[in-house]
Amino acid sequence: MTPLLSVDGLGKRYGARIGCADVSFDLWPGEVMGIVGESGSGKTTLLNCLAGHLRPDEGRVVFDTRDRGPVDTLTMSEPERRMLARTDWAFVHQNPRDGLRLDVSAGGNIGERLMAVGARNYGAIRAAATDWLGRVEIDDARIDDRPRAFSGGMQQRLQIARNLVSGPRLVFMDEPTGGLDVSVQARLLDLLRGLVREMGLSAIVVTHDLAVVRLLAERLMVMKGGRVVESGLTDQVLDDPQHAYTQLLVSSVLQV
Amino acid sequence: MIELRDVSKRFVLHNQGSAVIEVMSGAALSVAAGECVALTGASGAGKSTLMRLIYGNYRAHGGAIRVGGVDVATAGPREILALRRATLGHVSQFLRVVPRVPTIDIVAEPCLLNGMDADAARDRAGRLLARLRVPAALWSLSPTTFSGGEQQRVNIARGFAHDFPALLLDEPTASLDPVNRETVLEMIEEAKARGAAIVGIFHDAGARARVADREIDVSRFAAGAAA
Repeated sequence: MTPLLSVDGLGKRYGARIGCADVSFDLWPGEVMGIVGESGSGKTTLLNCLAGHLRPDEGRVVFDTRDRGPVDTLTMSEPERRMLARTDWAFVHQNPRDGLRLDVSAGGNIGERLMAVGARNYGAIRAAATDWLGRVEIDDARIDDRPRAFSGGMQQRLQIARNLVSGPRLVFMDEPTGGLDVSVQARLLDLLRGLVREMGLSAIVVTHDLAVVRLLAERLMVMKGGRVVESGLTDQVLDDPQHAYTQLLVSSVLQV
Repeated sequence: MIELRDVSKRFVLHNQGSAVIEVMSGAALSVAAGECVALTGASGAGKSTLMRLIYGNYRAHGGAIRVGGVDVATAGPREILALRRATLGHVSQFLRVVPRVPTIDIVAEPCLLNGMDADAARDRAGRLLARLRVPAALWSLSPTTFSGGEQQRVNIARGFAHDFPALLLDEPTASLDPVNRETVLEMIEEAKARGAAIVGIFHDAGARARVADREIDVSRFAAGAAA
């Protein structure tokens, strides 16, 4: 078996400042990896470099493509990378308004991604949209409503439906539960866990919420100052943190 | 099945003056298939620490911890995840679950992960929950609001759902009434009979005497104790 994603020596600088540096890891099919760290630790920079939204200065991001096997996505042609972003990859933004088209109906938001990969049959697209609204627990009577009229939690679920409808193999998530009520967070977590299991997805989840990461990810990387200071099994990193920063992070969580 | 050799563990508290706490050295333990070994020792002696070292959520600093051919002390995350999925079960004292997931699905999960089909897994989960007297009306609810004893029984059902060849049991009978305690002890005896290697912590001396074949006092592994 080959890793789905293999990252080697990835680095990104903003002038003299380090965005992220020396990041290496392998992600295997079906694995969910969490990335935690305080604001400014480089988590989002790393995620954006992995997903092709930012151009790293050094390193390799090798993805196991369906047709050509492992390919370095950084040296891929732009059309090929864009195709990957529409098919095998998905990106769930922290703010659903960054990942949705607010003036297109909910059904249209889901259908658009299918049309981007060649679906043309209206009935089939609408049926897929209806199915996915159900899976993310949005009443299908809302299919023609615009997401502008949805609550934050509904928008986030719609964004997830839009991303997963094309059957991606790798999902990047940037604080998927950030800014939501805890009750809505729980619902979203349950939904994500179910979808990951059902579809055999691999995912990389950036968050600052250690409880989210414990429930969602089996592996964890801890970042500080743009570097990975500790990584391993999630429960091992959280129960027996080795690095000073991880110890501080874990001991700073309030108990409820 | 479970074999520990010369295992040592220390904690370095970087944010408390880099205090180094040596908690264990020279720990050795061997558990054969079908055998149950009880860890004993006063509170703080390191029973749970040893258990966590075997499960892999504590990292050993030396020695070997072999469970079914995998050395947990040196294995990578992927190997440990595979070990926990198929070989090494764990009944902890705490139930940690995603909110909103129905009890029956939580119990069925280990079967699903090991390739059982969904109906058979739910069927097996239902039989375990019924045996442990968790009322059927609760099966479709999340256990987060259950009483302590009910949560513990859900945890036990989950730990016994798949026939793990190695099992870690942390106080499996602690908050149970006598009837359910009896059921759990029977389940442990059945697991031994099918060949499971079990390491347990039992504060309940009666339970310990009944299911454990041997006792190991972990205070002799305390760092600094005469080796």
